Amino acid sequence: MSTDVTLTLDGRAVTVPAGTTLLQAARQAGLEVPTICYHAHCTANGLCRMCVVEVEGARLLQPACIVAAGEGMKVQTRSPRVERSRRTLVELLNSAVDLSEAPEVQAQLTEYGADRERFPEAERRAPPVIDDNPMFVRDYAKCILCWRCVQVCADDAQYTFALSFDGRGYETQIGTFFDKPMPETTCVFCGQCVGVCPTNALKPKREWLLQQGQTPDEIMALTRSERRRRRR
Amino acid sequence: MQPSDLQTITHKEQTQRQKHRARLLCCGSTACLSSGAAETRDTLARTVKLHQLGHEVQVMTTGCLGLCSRGPLVKLQEPGQPEVTYAGVTADVARRIVEEQLIPDLGPSPEAADAGPHDLPHLRASVHKARAARSLHGHVLPAEHPFFARQLKVVLALNGQIDPERLEDYIAHGGYGALARALTTMTPDGVVEAITLSGLRGRGGAGFPTGVKWKSVRGAPGNRKYVIANGDEGDPGAYMDRTMMEDLPHQVLEGMALAAYAVGAQSGYVYVRGEYPLAVKRLEKSIRAAYRQGLLGRQIFGTDFSFDVDIRIGAGAFVCGEETALMASVEGRRGMPRMRPPYPAQSGLWGRPTLINNVETFANIAPILNRGPEWYAGIGTEKSKGTKIFALAGKLTNTGLIEVPMGLTLREIVFDIGGGIPNGRRFKAVQTGGPSGGCIPAEHLDVPVDYDSLRALGAIMGSGGMIIMDEDSSMPDVARFFMEFCADESCGKCVPCRVGTTQMHRLLQKIVAGQGGPADLAKLERLGDLVRRSSLCALGQSAPNPVLSTLKYFRHEYDALVASGAAAKEPA
Repeated sequence: MSTDVTLTLDGRAVTVPAGTTLLQAARQAGLEVPTICYHAHCTANGLCRMCVVEVEGARLLQPACIVAAGEGMKVQTRSPRVERSRRTLVELLNSAVDLSEAPEVQAQLTEYGADRERFPEAERRAPPVIDDNPMFVRDYAKCILCWRCVQVCADDAQYTFALSFDGRGYETQIGTFFDKPMPETTCVFCGQCVGVCPTNALKPKREWLLQQGQTPDEIMALTRSERRRRRR
Repeated sequence: MQPSDLQTITHKEQTQRQKHRARLLCCGSTACLSSGAAETRDTLARTVKLHQLGHEVQVMTTGCLGLCSRGPLVKLQEPGQPEVTYAGVTADVARRIVEEQLIPDLGPSPEAADAGPHDLPHLRASVHKARAARSLHGHVLPAEHPFFARQLKVVLALNGQIDPERLEDYIAHGGYGALARALTTMTPDGVVEAITLSGLRGRGGAGFPTGVKWKSVRGAPGNRKYVIANGDEGDPGAYMDRTMMEDLPHQVLEGMALAAYAVGAQSGYVYVRGEYPLAVKRLEKSIRAAYRQGLLGRQIFGTDFSFDVDIRIGAGAFVCGEETALMASVEGRRGMPRMRPPYPAQSGLWGRPTLINNVETFANIAPILNRGPEWYAGIGTEKSKGTKIFALAGKLTNTGLIEVPMGLTLREIVFDIGGGIPNGRRFKAVQTGGPSGGCIPAEHLDVPVDYDSLRALGAIMGSGGMIIMDEDSSMPDVARFFMEFCADESCGKCVPCRVGTTQMHRLLQKIVAGQGGPADLAKLERLGDLVRRSSLCALGQSAPNPVLSTLKYFRHEYDALVASGAAAKEPA
């Protein structure tokens, strides 16, 4: 099975084992392909389209995180078309989502010279923060729908299947089945989803309370009163 | 069932039919039912019964007769006489058709009395009939009516001849004959070869050669394969697939069985849009009937071939017409597309090789095998063979369902068959392919309708919806409508489609409201290009088409709106 394929990345010949994605091949060759939704331990889905590259002969830009390297493929990872697409994509994301706590995306906005005001008509989605459990809060105004949390909750890691999708189109949002509060779902509070979230849409409760201006003592008091309540 | 049993049924049906001297066929598809066909049919049956004609006049339901805007439609068939089609048959007209056309003798009529000694009963009857025909004249659609005369019925040939719900009727018209022949005399490769020879291309919109697809599924490794009929028709104004499933369910099932035999599949699904309850009902009934007769299930026609079919009902998401989203939906997951490759032919339903075709494609299979691939390849243009069903809608005199050979020009479709634009208005554009298609202006009306010519114009054939617009329609507004549709139907998976279509819709709203500037137009074009090139599935990739094609052909309308917007912004 272990046959090698040779492809050309930005004019450079690269040999990789068959089945390697273009993204892996590029990184092996030391070329930087930006990604947002990609996570090394999650199934790649090609959602954010930041990793698109131009493959000679293909009508469309191809997501490097999914497309496997093929023999003789000619790939441009930084052509003007690719760069323009990436810039518009981060601009679109910035117009729809609060990216203030997403350092990686912020860096990309800067790198690609994005115009943060390009889509002034845009209405950012502003769903309220969901604070329904003692462990973490969900602020979907910051969610870019990278799917990492859904995937680690499902068969990429935890096999808990507590997270899913609601709505469609612009209103698509990660949620629980029938919008049940977290403690009533299959969630085991493993924290995997919080760990992989790239934009701080999922945040530990303590961090969130601190940001809300509460002191550590107040937070301790909260947990104590909760414990007491539960004992009663 | 054995192949010879088909003849037995055919013979029995024909004997039965000869007992009647006339047949009244009442359209029973959704369009006519919505204009009162159920009542029409009841009245026909009641009046026939009232005049004790039950043993000589047969009243039955049939499939769509085409001219849906003039429904309910009723067809009268008498042996030895040309068929007569009546339009706008309300209960009252239905009663008069029976009483004035089918009652042989209502006593002496004034004309007949004048005839004096030469008065013969049949003369009297015919004179009476001629007079009555005058009273129904406004309802008669002449056979040479261009709407009918220019059509070529291959796939819809049995529409208006058979009762969709009766398997015996379909068999009596040659139904399941192709399956019997294929199973007993042809190899699976032979069937694939025949379909390849016919030049049939997928009727779902993209026009992928059907033979090539079948061959790749046949060649895919694996002993468990699936066949799916895509009946998740979602384009606004299009109802070809609905008609196929409602009116010729057995033809679709036969096509699926033939496909399953050809590619080596054992089970299949018909994926029906949730908004088509009548199609679901008739498919269910047809599948049950076919199982009862041994035309589905185990060891069909006594051969080793077994094939099971089940129905899956969609929940109303447009994107589920995309094949990978459709398969996710069949599997019980959220209907969202995934990247291809792997194509369904390699890894489809539950990771197995899957053949997925539009229901109209499947309906083409039996006619091709019945009349031969060479005959089929003789119809149409060089690269697009056969006929195509279109649903005509919008500002047109005759709206309805038509089947025409590929290569007819748009002008022939709009002005000859469609009867032109009503109320003396001028033609402006025809929108083909729904939200994924484009608007074609008057200067391209002489383009032959086939997959490649339409694509060259920035539109697509699509599943076959055609919306005709007159001079009153504002093209930016049309583009805004389709963009809203796409933004609403986006599954929300990839960024360009989820956010990009929404932004395009906002920009269009602004432009249509007269508040946009030239910069907004440029932004719209750039954004359209991005969404088209970097979206994950065909929905996003084709969503900008209505905008880009109207920008191409009706730029002046956008410019006018932008200019008025700029004027409004000037301080007074």
